[in-house]
Amino acid sequence: MATEVHMHGRIGEPIKRKEDARFIRGKGNYLDDIELPGMLHMAILRSPHAHARIKSVDTAEASKMPGVIAVVTGELMAQHKLAWMPTLSYDTQAVLATDKVRFQGQEVAAVIAETLYQAEDARDAVVVDYDVLPAVIDPEGAKAAGAPVIRDDKEDQKDNHIYHWESGDQATTQAAFAKADKVIRLHTFYPRCHPAPMETCGIVADVNGATGRATIYMTSQAPHLHRTVFALVAGLPEENIRIVSPDIGGGFGNKVPVYPGYVVATAASLLIGRPVKWVEDRTENLISTGFARDFHMTGDLAVDKDGKMLALRVHLDSDNGAFFSDAQPTKVKAGLFHIVTGSYDIPTAHVTADGYYTNKAPGGVAYRCSFRVTEASYMIERLVTNAAIELGMDQAEFRKKNFIRKDQFPYESPTGWVYDSGDYHKAMDVALEQLGYNELRKDVEARRAKGEVTGIGIASFTEVVGAGHGKDFDLLGVRMFDSAELRVHPTGKALLRMGTKSQGQGHETTFAQIVTEELGIPAADVLVEEGDTDTAPYGLGTYASRSTPVAGAATAMVSRKLRDKARKIAGHLLEADEEDLVWDNGRFYVKGSPDKAKTIQEIAFAAYSNLPDGMEAGLEGVHYYDPPNMTYPFGTYAVVVDVDKGTGQVKVRRMVAVDDCGVRINPMIVEGQIHGGLAEGFGIAFMQLITFDSEGNCIGSNFLDYLLPTAVETPSFELGETVTPSPHHPLGAKGVGESPTVGSPAAYVNAVIDALSPYGVTNIDMPVTSDKVWAALRAAGVNE
Amino acid sequence: MKVSMTVNGSERSGDVEPRVLLVDFLRTNLRLTGTHIGCDTSSCGACTVLIDGEPVKSCTQLAVQADGRAITTVEGLATAAGLSPMQIGFHEEHGLQCGFCTPGMMLVGTALLEHNPNPTEEEIRWAISGNICRCTGYMNIVKAIKHAAALRESSEVVPRETAAAATGGE
Repeated sequence: MATEVHMHGRIGEPIKRKEDARFIRGKGNYLDDIELPGMLHMAILRSPHAHARIKSVDTAEASKMPGVIAVVTGELMAQHKLAWMPTLSYDTQAVLATDKVRFQGQEVAAVIAETLYQAEDARDAVVVDYDVLPAVIDPEGAKAAGAPVIRDDKEDQKDNHIYHWESGDQATTQAAFAKADKVIRLHTFYPRCHPAPMETCGIVADVNGATGRATIYMTSQAPHLHRTVFALVAGLPEENIRIVSPDIGGGFGNKVPVYPGYVVATAASLLIGRPVKWVEDRTENLISTGFARDFHMTGDLAVDKDGKMLALRVHLDSDNGAFFSDAQPTKVKAGLFHIVTGSYDIPTAHVTADGYYTNKAPGGVAYRCSFRVTEASYMIERLVTNAAIELGMDQAEFRKKNFIRKDQFPYESPTGWVYDSGDYHKAMDVALEQLGYNELRKDVEARRAKGEVTGIGIASFTEVVGAGHGKDFDLLGVRMFDSAELRVHPTGKALLRMGTKSQGQGHETTFAQIVTEELGIPAADVLVEEGDTDTAPYGLGTYASRSTPVAGAATAMVSRKLRDKARKIAGHLLEADEEDLVWDNGRFYVKGSPDKAKTIQEIAFAAYSNLPDGMEAGLEGVHYYDPPNMTYPFGTYAVVVDVDKGTGQVKVRRMVAVDDCGVRINPMIVEGQIHGGLAEGFGIAFMQLITFDSEGNCIGSNFLDYLLPTAVETPSFELGETVTPSPHHPLGAKGVGESPTVGSPAAYVNAVIDALSPYGVTNIDMPVTSDKVWAALRAAGVNE
Repeated sequence: MKVSMTVNGSERSGDVEPRVLLVDFLRTNLRLTGTHIGCDTSSCGACTVLIDGEPVKSCTQLAVQADGRAITTVEGLATAAGLSPMQIGFHEEHGLQCGFCTPGMMLVGTALLEHNPNPTEEEIRWAISGNICRCTGYMNIVKAIKHAAALRESSEVVPRETAAAATGGE
């Protein structure tokens, strides 16, 4: 009989997921599955116009319809001082419109009824009279002379400009450009798209009229943060608010902000005294909540005659929609976009950004990325490929010539980031080897000689994740630490509670494995709980690839605290000096006598039954981890595409992705996340687009118009890895969930641009659809 | 209107408005919440159930249209003997992350293997092309369905680890 390796679930073991058991039986508990006694349903009436003044809202007929309990208007909300709410970027956002509507899909009124069908019927009977105004749909329009002022609700706002923000050094950058042999410019637009998790956003608000206690079930990636926001927005005492984030059907940033529907449902429950449920339909999700990107970027790269990068200058016009509600740390305006020097040792850089109001949905969420890192990575990786092509250098060689070298870490970038660790040359070499780059290059030349249109794209991204050290990163003043509370029961089983919230990332397995590694309790014996603010320690939530870098570190640290106590108890049980004890994953033994040992389970029982004199009972602890620095995952992605000259259709022939996320806790889960992110990156590069016509109508308001990749379009992926541990993370881990979405769009597009480079094509903005490629080929004189 | 149907082998009935969607009847009246709503336009497949063995998007059918038919939802996949090969395949091959699309994917996969016990990757990809997943990038879903096909063929016993998962979640 073959020897079976028994897996306890230590770090590096690809154990199967604990959370699967309920999901494969249809026994998950998602928001819309929650049914409370007496629960009412809410439907929201939204503006059909992008910009219009509200003349009147007539609710008379709607109020009389069957099952209707209440019709809530902006005026009613204003009576309770809740018509507006603060945003995470220190702006204000309308909860229900009172004066104007400022984007198509904006919340105007809400109907609360016994059933959802009744609520929707009555919603359609609310009559709103509008005076339609001209709409602004991009920063160009926002800047134009005579443009309508969108935010005339703000006294000091005389135009549509929100902010100006800079990073880096203008003078040294200018000086370097003056000495450059060549300057390569790329203007590119990273279009608006939407995370579109399979589950939309929703809430069940249950305010107890007698006690004032608000139990709020919510699709929240950050339940504690939302509790604090609710306390600030609604003026409810924070101890009377309990946020419960149940199973979440994907988030990708969509479930970080607080949306008007949450506020209205909570207010309605408070006023009516019954639970109120609101769940977005897909159109509401796509047109009103959580858009991403919408960055118009211009980059200039200065190089010398040998192809050495000298300086980088980037300007960004950000389209923030009608309200500046980006969910981002307080001290920044365009997220972490100033990581834009990427993987390259560029001596100096200067980044400028301007934000503009437009008549589009607000948001600016970091869609599967750490606060705008995706846009930065796209900008630099597209620019570097264009520079290589223009210089006549090989894309890979040009990158390697300019990479930050392994011996330069920790590396301080010209915009002030301190990269923790990296080996960019190695990741590139592994990717090129796996791809068979040199042979493929020859093959590309041979195919081109036969008239085929084919190319290879590379992107060597660096992310900045794991926000973050509290000194520099906070949300509404709350430092971005995270937490873990570990309770070991007398029988040696454990309960781990965290301030993060999984949306599919597999926390119930990954974080159990950290306890296994540090405390020797098998992963199967560790129950991981998240999402209930009454029971979990305060945390900032799951987004920006911060769970493993921050809460994972907290889990390791709390486990070590308990291990220290366990050592003392073991010394007592073994009648040995604790200094003489050896830790051997799961047990302490006396040095030199490995059979004289106590297991962690025996020690756990003793913690409640047989303690040294004077020691506090129990084996429990909590740790709040404020990381000393961000982590910097990186990698090289390489894509091969074939383009059909007759139709412009692009086919991804191969996609090789080499990721370095430091130490991998569960490689199966890591690879699963990379697959998912590469598919989303493919969607963003080739399919997903939320666009608007000149009147501000959202095109892309359902899955027939907003195209997500299915199994048929999505290519297969070939993964590779290198491991460069983070020097400051207790486990050496860096976080990975967003690397593939950050790195892959540029790799896909670079492959298309490489394929079209013989025809003089230097840019096609995403999504790179067949019609755009076809038009580019036609413009270059190709007629087939 | 009175409506009655066989759901996961049991006779179920209810009194519904003619306009009530099958997905709402299953979720609200029968409290079978494993069938999910993802898009309302029959684009995403999260609401997929089997009607007389064929995959149907239950957001695009009225409850009354299912009168007299036999419905299988995700709750009907496992039997007293344990998890179905499809459920085992999804667990073993890491074919799910957030779990929201999983019921629909598993039901489509189940129907596929009834018609085609040994499908190619291409056939699997086309079979699930009406179902969207945002987490997995589909590669492990394809593997999961292949895994299920192999299990059905060999009628292999449930692996130990999966047997443990079978008792873990409820």
